[in-house]
Amino acid sequence: MSDIQINITNKSYRGRLAPIIDNLKLSLKSGEFVCLLGQSGCGKTTLLNCIAGLDTAYTGGIMLGGQHTQPKIGYIFQNPRLLPWRTVRENIELALDGTQSPDIIDALLDAMQLTEVQHVYPERLSLGMSRRIAIIRAFAVNPDILLMDEPFVSLDAPTARQVRELLLKLWQKRPHTVLFVTHDLREAIALADRLVFLSASPMRVVSEITVPIARHERNNERLIEAFRTQLKDNYPDIKTLL
Amino acid sequence: MAFLVLWQGLASYVNNTTLPTPDVVARVFWQACISGELPYHLGVTLLRLVVSFAVSMSLGCAIGIVLGRSKKLDAFFDNWLILFLNVPALVTIILCYVWFGLVESAAILAVVINKLPNVIVTIREGTRALDQDLLEMARCYRFSKRKTLVHVIWPQLHPFVMGATRSGLALIWKIILVVELLGRSNGMGYRLHLFFQLFDVASILAYTVAFVGVIQLLELIILKPLDKKSRRWRR
Repeated sequence: MSDIQINITNKSYRGRLAPIIDNLKLSLKSGEFVCLLGQSGCGKTTLLNCIAGLDTAYTGGIMLGGQHTQPKIGYIFQNPRLLPWRTVRENIELALDGTQSPDIIDALLDAMQLTEVQHVYPERLSLGMSRRIAIIRAFAVNPDILLMDEPFVSLDAPTARQVRELLLKLWQKRPHTVLFVTHDLREAIALADRLVFLSASPMRVVSEITVPIARHERNNERLIEAFRTQLKDNYPDIKTLL
Repeated sequence: MAFLVLWQGLASYVNNTTLPTPDVVARVFWQACISGELPYHLGVTLLRLVVSFAVSMSLGCAIGIVLGRSKKLDAFFDNWLILFLNVPALVTIILCYVWFGLVESAAILAVVINKLPNVIVTIREGTRALDQDLLEMARCYRFSKRKTLVHVIWPQLHPFVMGATRSGLALIWKIILVVELLGRSNGMGYRLHLFFQLFDVASILAYTVAFVGVIQLLELIILKPLDKKSRRWRR
């Protein structure tokens, strides 16, 4: 795995004068978990789509290990985007390009506690389960970067917490570089090595803050809450984002 | 059953050769079967059906998907499509026979030209309605073209293909008989024409029964199981 540099000098939508993204620079160390925070509608999904190569109408580029190559992507979208006419296992298998061993699917299914439903069609599963399948699919391709676009949105709090913990456990076992979009600061603190705050129209990096809480203390609500208050007091320029 | 009783009652009441009773029709049907006449002509028509159906469905699906995915091509061919959709079947049949002679390929071509625009339009609508989210997912996970077609696009088009198949079979049956009536010396259309000239209503009805039977069989053996298979993933 290699470091990734994101440098988007300009991204605009046709027919709109003001750019959505203006001179956004972001570098991700290999195996780093970075949370992007910003108001909804500020262009976070657009940014992820640019990185994923789904949106190519921008100036700038993505560098992988110092070279201009498109990194291999694992993308967890806001909705799970599973093929409803393929079983859970087939959905994961289809994403593989043949270079990975199928054993990884068994290991991931086991880690996400989904082995029992692997031959079921996705429409028969709950949203929380579908999200977990999307997570497995993203990890299974062994990506250079994992993009996650608010993957826990519209889950009830206990389910969101459960999926979050499963995700963290999985990520600690298989540390990929992660770019995680959210607008929930508490969630971001619980997950990230580094928080990146983004401004709206045009989108720019406002500040980058490293989370000092040790990994094994991330489920301590008190520490997270304390850090949140501290952020609010120390960084007046990101107050509107909190 | 109720239909048969009604038919029997009505036929006995009218008591006329233009409306024979079911048992007369059944006898004619049986005789036509054992003489080998009915199976032969039905077989010939079925063969033409299979060939023209296969050609128009495969071509129609391919063109429909392309037009549904490309706005430019669609804008260009849209008028042509409307034109061919609305040319009367009889016109294409006559022109095909005049230009290419009273041969088998001209007959098949005439049927295909009549059916093809229908398939294209149906599949094009289906392609336009494809789920963009899933296509994005496929691009992001670098699905090959083949993989995308087989696993992402085709399952979404399936209901449209089934629709085109059902309406297509009905349309082709109708056109094929006219084609045979006008320019072939075998097949159902040719026989029906003959019976018409002889005013042999019992034979016409016997052939119609065979015809309806074949359609029901197709539905039961091929289409219904296909439907069921494609719906297995639904709640």
